[in-house]
Parts: sequence; structure tokens; C-alpha cells
Amino acid sequence: MSETKKDVITGKLVAVEGLDGSGKSTQVYLLKRWLELEGYKVFFTEWNSSAIVRKATRKGKKRQLLTPTTFSLIHCTDFADRYERQILPLLNAGYIVLADRYAFTAFARDAVRGCDRGWIRKLYAYAINPDVTFYFDVPLKTALARILDGRTRLKYHEAGMDMGYSKDPDESFRIFQGKINQEYRRMVREFNFVTIDATDPPDVQQTKVREILESKIDLPRFRWHGSMFPRRTD
Amino acid sequence: MEKPKRFYGKGIPGVKLDQLKGQLIVVEGADGSGRSTQMELLRNWLERRGYPTVNVGLKRSMLVSRELEQAMRGNILGTRTLSLFYATDFADQLENRIIPALRSGFVVLADRYIYTLLARAIVRGVDPTWIQDVYSIALIPDAVFYLAVSPKILVERNLRKHAVLDYWESGMDMHRTSSNMYGSFIEYQRSIQKEFKTMQKLYGFDTVDGNRSPRSIQHELRGKIELILNGRSDHFKEESDETDVKEGITRAAAALADGDKRDQPAVRSESAKGHRSTHRLSE
Repeated sequence: MSETKKDVITGKLVAVEGLDGSGKSTQVYLLKRWLELEGYKVFFTEWNSSAIVRKATRKGKKRQLLTPTTFSLIHCTDFADRYERQILPLLNAGYIVLADRYAFTAFARDAVRGCDRGWIRKLYAYAINPDVTFYFDVPLKTALARILDGRTRLKYHEAGMDMGYSKDPDESFRIFQGKINQEYRRMVREFNFVTIDATDPPDVQQTKVREILESKIDLPRFRWHGSMFPRRTD
Repeated sequence: MEKPKRFYGKGIPGVKLDQLKGQLIVVEGADGSGRSTQMELLRNWLERRGYPTVNVGLKRSMLVSRELEQAMRGNILGTRTLSLFYATDFADQLENRIIPALRSGFVVLADRYIYTLLARAIVRGVDPTWIQDVYSIALIPDAVFYLAVSPKILVERNLRKHAVLDYWESGMDMHRTSSNMYGSFIEYQRSIQKEFKTMQKLYGFDTVDGNRSPRSIQHELRGKIELILNGRSDHFKEESDETDVKEGITRAAAALADGDKRDQPAVRSESAKGHRSTHRLSE
């Protein structure tokens, strides 16, 4: 991941990572609401959400056309589209960009799928390392319980069914997520993740997240100027 | 002897290279370089001689070809995104068509390969190291022929065929302010050719003079491919094998003239130099 271009970027990039069921999406949503209501320039982007690329990804997944390599490349394409057209321009325009999953998701998943770790990192070499990456650390059991309780059916790739671990989707999901968890834990030091204990109550986690963000980012710099945007209403 | 195939880098996980018995033959060149004509003639020639053949090309994957086409029509993707989209298309065909065909001992004729994609990305300002890393998944072909045609001839051929120059092949996405499409085409093709020249040193492919008649080009290609099929030549050969290669070429040329009199007059084959190359991208 690239560090060099960072000095010309005036915005700040904040990423959240963690297993499905770690509660990271809830946390980043609350973070976004807070920043918006406080009157900061904030933009939110989600993994696998490029309008143009997602169509192809969906088809590939639905018809099970994807291999580990094409799975990896198509997600990188999606990311590149959002990066080139949104993340980077907005960072240059001085926004706080919140990313629900970032390249680390690819590093973890694609490695589990058997792609070379060095190659995956090179694919994303153009992307800057976030200013803060929150890692929502959750025991595997808790994450599995949250996901498996909440939904009736797991999606094929989500459950890692393409890996052939097990014919039972729940069991496959368990094995797959366990391996992803290992990959995440390997990356905590490599990429300087800020670990949040995802077993804490949500509001406790959010308080921590906000405190850490305030300590790392000079937030007042990111306020809207001019009167057309609301400051705080309360 | 047949040499086992190699990837440029780590390649595709799980592929057993020694099982890939077929040959991968690549023809590169701009639109109007005569590439498609040559590919068709090669296919006829190979199949007549009993070699099972598979054709692949850019933007033909089941996975993303349609989406890629749509995105290009609107020119809405950034350069890097477009490069990765193409890489996905390439990887899909590599894994689902090229590798299975090679495993079954087919001759794979690739109408363009990674080199066009590299050149296009690099002239648009993409970091060469990065894009080479992306394509380190690619198999090293048994032969790469680059049909070099002067930009002026390319213009003529394209206009004669379509009466209009292609937006992308004219590099109009790069010279949007240019009101002169002709000039843009020439300039763009020149920069692509320059990139091919640089790549030639890196990958050691064969540059074929495409300004000649289709016939003599085809003759040259067949002579060279004949050697590969006989397992008598490959791109990793050291200089010491040169006499061997020459011998093969002569024999191939004779065979060609013999078996194919209908559409190929016997032309003396040029002597081939032993190809040496530094075929490694990364690592």
C-alpha cells in the first residue's frame, strides 16, 4: 500500500474491518451519523458497490463463474473504480472518507482462497494506507452466532462454498470465517490496526471509536464552511 | 524437447505446469495490422494438419466481456479500473479456456495477449511495475509475434475497412481536446509502438514486418510455428542451438512449400536467430 502520495492529500481516510457479524457496519454507520450531525465533510463508501462493476460481480457469483484469481481481480476492479472516482477525489477535496471494508478484506479473503499474498498486496499497491483502520475483533463463535441466527440462508461465496470445505453451508462458513479471522490477526501489526473489542456493548464501542478518531484527526479542520450546510441542530 | 510452461510470476494457484502439453501462440498488433487475417490462416493451416486449435482474444470472457464493452462505450471508467477490468477478462479466459486447452494438448491461438494491455495502460500513465505485477498471473507463451505496421498504413487500412477510425485505437480518450482524429490516431499508434519496442527487450518476442503482403507474413509465421510444434525451438533457447534452429527453419520452409502449394508459393525463408529473452516480469 502506498504511503508516498499521502502528503498531498488533505482529507483523511478511515477504514473498518472485521468478520461478518463483528458489528463493524453498525459502528461505521454510527460514526458517519455523528460526523454528519456535527457538520463535518464526510463520505461513506462500501465494499463491492461500484455501480458499473457490481453487475459483473453479481453475475459471476450467481453463475459460479469465479475462480480465486478472477474473484480477486473483479473485487479489485470494483475497488479501483470507487477509488479513482470517489475515494481519492474526495480525499483531495478535504473529506473524511469512511470505508466499510478496504483492501484488507481482499488481503484476508483472497489469501484464504489461495491467491499469493504478495500478488494481492501488489494489486492494491496504488491505494493509500488509511489514516486509521479500526479492526473489530470478535471471537469466531460470537460472529457465527450473530450471522447464523439472523439469517436463514448463507450466500454461496459468503459461506466459502467455493472452497469445498464442507457440503453444509453453516459448517463451510465456520471453517472459512475461522481462516479469515487468522488472516486478519496476522495483519493487525503489519498495518497498524486499532483493535476494538467487538464483544462490548455497541454504545461503549462507539464511544471508544469516536475518542480514538478525535485523538488521531484534527476534526475541526473538516467542518463545512459557509451557511448552506447545517451545523449541529441540538 | 518440450520445455515445461512457466508463469511470469506466481501465476494461477493450483495449476500443474507440467500438464500443459499444448502450445500457446500469440499474435499481437494494432487494428489493421492484419492480425485477424493471419489468425484465420493459421487456424486453417493447423486444423488441416490435424492440430486441434482454440482461439482466444481480448474482451471475450464469459465473465465480464459484456460489462466491459458497456463501460467502454460510455468511457466512464478510470484508467486503472479499466486495466483491472481487462485483467479480469484475461484471467477468466486464461483459467477457463487457455489452460484447459493446453492441458488437452491443443494449440491456443491468442489474438492479442497481455502485451497490448500492458502497452495501452502504460501509455495512459499507469505505473509499469504495477501493471506488470497484475499480469504476473499470465503464462509465458511459446511464441509471440508482433505485427509491426507503420501508423500511416494502419490508418489507410482502417479507413478502407470501416471508413472511420476507432475511438480507443485513436487514443481519443487521451487527446480529448484534439479535433484531429487522424493526428491523434498516428500519435497514439506511435506511442504504442514505442512501448512495444521497449517490451520487446523485456519479453523477447518476435517482431514481424507487417507492411508486407499477407502471404509472406503468413509464410514467416508458419515457418516459425512449425519449429515450435516440432519441439525444435523455443524462446528460452541459448545461442548454441542456432544451427539447430536454422536447420529446422529450412526443413519447415520446405514442408510448408510442399504441403501447402495451393495458397502458399514457396518463398525462401529468412534465417532465424535464436531467440533469447529475459522472460521474467517480477520476482
